[in-house]
Amino acid sequence: MSTLIAPADEAGIIDAVQAARAAREPLTIAGQGSKRGLLRPVQAARSLSTRALTGVTLYRPAELIITARAGTPLAEIEATVAEKGQQLIAEAPYLNGVFATSAPPSIGGVVAANLSGPRRIAWGATRDHVMGLRFINGAGETIRSGGRVLKNVTGLDLCKLLSGSYGTLGVITEVTLKVLPAPETSATILIETPDLAGAVAALSAGLGSPFGVSAAAALPQRDHVIAALRLEDFAASVTYRMEKLRDMLDGFGAQRVMEDGESRAFWRSIREVEPLQAMPDEAIWRVSVRPSAGPHIAAAASAIDGRVLLDWGGGLVWIAAAPSTANHAAISAAAAAEAGAAMLFRAPESLRLAVPVLPAEAAPLAAISARVKEALDPEGLFNPGHLRAA
Amino acid sequence: MIALPAPKPEILARRAEIVTALQALVPGDGVIAEGIRLKPYETDGLAAYRQMPLAVVLPSSTEQVAAVLRYCHEQGIRVVPRGAGTSLSGGALPLADAVVIGLMRLNAIHEINYADRYAVVGAGVTNIGITKAVEGEGFFYAPDPSSQLACMIGGNVMMNSGGAHCLKYGVTANNLLGVKFVTIEGEVLKIGGTYLDAAGYDWLGLITGSEGQLGIVTEVTVRILRSAEGARAMLAAFNSIEIAGAAVDAIIGSGIIPVALEFMDKPCIHACEAFAHAGYPLDAEAMLIIEVEGSIAEQDALLARIKDICARFDPISLKVAETAEQSLAIWKGRKGAFGAVGRISPDYLCMDGTIPTSELPHVLKRIGEMSDQYGLKVANVFHAGDGNLHPLIMFDANDADSFRRAEAFGADILKLCVEVGGCLTGEHGVGVEKRDLMNVQFAPHELAQQRAIKSAFDPAWLLNPAKVFPLEGALQPAIAAE
Repeated sequence: MSTLIAPADEAGIIDAVQAARAAREPLTIAGQGSKRGLLRPVQAARSLSTRALTGVTLYRPAELIITARAGTPLAEIEATVAEKGQQLIAEAPYLNGVFATSAPPSIGGVVAANLSGPRRIAWGATRDHVMGLRFINGAGETIRSGGRVLKNVTGLDLCKLLSGSYGTLGVITEVTLKVLPAPETSATILIETPDLAGAVAALSAGLGSPFGVSAAAALPQRDHVIAALRLEDFAASVTYRMEKLRDMLDGFGAQRVMEDGESRAFWRSIREVEPLQAMPDEAIWRVSVRPSAGPHIAAAASAIDGRVLLDWGGGLVWIAAAPSTANHAAISAAAAAEAGAAMLFRAPESLRLAVPVLPAEAAPLAAISARVKEALDPEGLFNPGHLRAA
Repeated sequence: MIALPAPKPEILARRAEIVTALQALVPGDGVIAEGIRLKPYETDGLAAYRQMPLAVVLPSSTEQVAAVLRYCHEQGIRVVPRGAGTSLSGGALPLADAVVIGLMRLNAIHEINYADRYAVVGAGVTNIGITKAVEGEGFFYAPDPSSQLACMIGGNVMMNSGGAHCLKYGVTANNLLGVKFVTIEGEVLKIGGTYLDAAGYDWLGLITGSEGQLGIVTEVTVRILRSAEGARAMLAAFNSIEIAGAAVDAIIGSGIIPVALEFMDKPCIHACEAFAHAGYPLDAEAMLIIEVEGSIAEQDALLARIKDICARFDPISLKVAETAEQSLAIWKGRKGAFGAVGRISPDYLCMDGTIPTSELPHVLKRIGEMSDQYGLKVANVFHAGDGNLHPLIMFDANDADSFRRAEAFGADILKLCVEVGGCLTGEHGVGVEKRDLMNVQFAPHELAQQRAIKSAFDPAWLLNPAKVFPLEGALQPAIAAE
């Protein structure tokens, strides 16, 4: 177990980075630790956490932005914006069930992992709504990128580079996110389709409609597949659009509509990957492909006795299967064959150390990647080996 | 005038040899080296700055782009990538010792996939060209910069272009899935693909808006979206800028995100009305154009809500379009705003800072004061929902003093934007124009960090030199260009 350092302010984070630099000792970088099970385990004697850097520092509802310190729990930010009738746009997941942890996800961790929920298909990923951030680089300097306005192309976009970098390029200390008004209501249509291809075709038809579908998932059942499409808007619009959508999707299978409350609970469960019903001893993979290739990935999963849940219109395939190098190889190969990308999302440490949890970058890109890492973290202090084996 | 790095004498001396080598790499008529034919490439949408390049090369394939970059890298030749040359920040301004790589011949649409909602297009396809290719099926490509008839998607990616509808649909970065990217060494990389958010570093996000500093994009995979059932605009005019600003806050506070929310001040209203005869109220101090989408009934409902909100702010005019034609008439003046200002002033500089919207009244008041101080007129038109200002500073390019004052006025506006919590550029890019103001927004160590990342892609700083970063930190000594 590594020693935990959790400074209460940014100066403390800088001191910790400087100390690590002087000692040439790497650090595990984390927020609240809710996603500790992601990617390759980091071997470091000390762990630097932003969990004590908490609090909303700026919230301007009329300007659609909120700024919070990195360790602020996601739930606290969601509650703050909900008071003003607003919401975080990308519907970031909690994943406490997936990783069997009670640690609350922090907003810094959500950004560092660029995790997004069902609404991503229509309204963009978490990284799309990071308007600004502050981070500490490997030299112990505070770097700002972006700002607190909605449109900003000044300089290189380090907000995007740091989003999804899993603490390997810098320690994010504060983030500014775009928010939007929460919809007045929502409703979801469930369609009973014969198979995954039929379900994805229904999702595709809905997403290609003018009715503003804001989530689209496919849930395989014993003898059929449920296609689910969500509408969110003013009540009159949702009523009108649901009627149009039902007409349009008439030929795909039997329909049922879930009203607001049921619909919210349903998408929360999709966001948390619950319908996958992964057993504690199973591994979970996450495959990104073009939506129409989702069923092919599902077939490959089926061949290794895996189960799937499809989100993002079919383009995000969650797979639960036995944790083995052979299964990882099969899923990675299936993703590559469809020009997609597979990520080993949850697995015992031994498997995460044994296989590449992320696809390799092409050699010229890997060289650039190494130089970018060096530009931000010259001593290699932050989360060494977290994404790929050194 | 703007300072540019000293040309490398050894490159200038080898011009004939370089042109011959380029002709071998891009055979046919793909290399331009004669003075008269180089002339169109000496400037871009920021015509105040001009510099003839060493040569222009117009590759017809990614492989040719890679070959040219490989050659230039080996020979230490600087390169300036160029799309349609519509940059308003001088992003495609050549250097005397640089080869301009024009991407307009990469204009093929490679694939359109409606089921998966993407299109793969060459970097030289125009922004509107993508929408034209998919509108038959009811789809469109969302970002719509006002230069969309001419500007090319490769340039949009490099500048992370916005448009009037990004309040709802986002900017270029939010509408991309992948790019084909050529490094300075001539390596062709596939970044992203036809899917969303694979784990790993977000190279696509870093490349978008990098203004040609990291490599050249030759092919782009964009998301295409199904168009709404319809759209309609309304116009609301108010007695003061403050009141109009408060109305904007109230609209957004009500939970409505209009698809567009444009703001014009009095000088802009007058210029546009004289140009387009759109029926704008000439006694208004500020005017909003608000557009909503949906079915006719949905449009009616949203416009009625917005009308009610605006009515609380003593509007001097409220006009809801009843038909698509009336909607077009409302937009006509706004879309012609730059041209309209061009009619009343021989030249203008278009600034592009973004501010927190709460600072709007303060910033517009200060701009008014600066206008008096510099003795130059200014018209303001901007995207109100996101605070992206477009002050148009009117000057006379034949009068050197007038141009000098316009530049200083523009710089003061941008400094003010940063001072109130905003930024130098919302969608036009830093280019050469705002390069020396980067020190206002960023601390020296922050710029050094960005430079180090640029160096990771382009160690010898051959890609689009003298842009984005202040010259004093560049690798070459500075001299004044003509």
